[in-house]
Amino acid sequence: MKQVLKRYRSFLVVLIALVLIGLFNRELGEQVLNTTAYQLREMLLIIPPIFVLLGLLDIWVPKQTMVKYMGEGSGLKGILLALFIGSAAAGPLYGAFPVAAVFMKKGVTFSNVLIFLGAWSTTKIPMILFEFSALGIPFALTRLLVDIPGIIIIAYLLQALMGKKEIEAIYEKAQQND
Amino acid sequence: MNIILYSVTAILLILSFVKDKQKTHKALVKAWKAFENILPQFLVVILLVSLLLSLLDHAMILKIIGSESGWLGVLLAAIVGAVTLIPGFVAFPTAALLVNGGAGYMQIGAFISTLMMVGIVTLPVEIRYFGKKMAFYRNGLAFIFSFLVAFVIGQVMEVLV
Repeated sequence: MKQVLKRYRSFLVVLIALVLIGLFNRELGEQVLNTTAYQLREMLLIIPPIFVLLGLLDIWVPKQTMVKYMGEGSGLKGILLALFIGSAAAGPLYGAFPVAAVFMKKGVTFSNVLIFLGAWSTTKIPMILFEFSALGIPFALTRLLVDIPGIIIIAYLLQALMGKKEIEAIYEKAQQND
Repeated sequence: MNIILYSVTAILLILSFVKDKQKTHKALVKAWKAFENILPQFLVVILLVSLLLSLLDHAMILKIIGSESGWLGVLLAAIVGAVTLIPGFVAFPTAALLVNGGAGYMQIGAFISTLMMVGIVTLPVEIRYFGKKMAFYRNGLAFIFSFLVAFVIGQVMEVLV
């Protein structure tokens, strides 16, 4: 019980603060409540299947397979796969981090993990369809054409900035996330 | 989209169950553990996002990022995008409304770009998995990159519109 309280401490603090705000500003409180309900619904709709898929991936796909397709020496194939998997994803970016952790556990290279994260954040196919209709094809296509190389460049830049030791530490952390 | 996600998950789950009950059970336990592990952070993020969304309304955003607002507008748009986390199917129609209401394409480009790539409120989740340094670097680079995106979109749209 104490353990649970400790882990949810920040959540409880924010919750109490919001309730207090709501008491003073009824309108804002109601709006926050509505938005929270909406966001929670979205999370409950999209997050569970992602985690189930993660569990299945973790159990069924052997490390060698992942290494072969997206690990050291996977080259262009690995980059394209990372771009594709990220783009085919659904859900907010915070859903991508646990997936990235399993990827690292399975031996996917750091740059491919970063490319996957970049694709998840900016080139998600369902989102682009929305963008087409809302902002027009020139806007969306331009963004896409800048973003795809950008994602890849940022991935390699980050990899260089982080250095070997720190990347190893991140991989170690991913191993423990069991 | 959700239907596809759920169908794929259901099919794979059934396949897994038919092949090996025990392994499937193990996979589900892992799924639950991974979820419960990050749930406290998810909840904090959702509360903060809701507060931010309630505080910022269209009129206010428009005042900040009108087409005459120049690079300062781009900077402010980038900051608004970085601190908020709006689902795409809300963000794009909102962006379209803003453009119709007089926001500039360059500013909207910056807003959309940081909205997608930079997550200030989701930092606690990101740090959990990647550590502080990596989370700050990734968000910092994405923030800077968004200005390039904004610039290119601004140029292209100026020629086309």
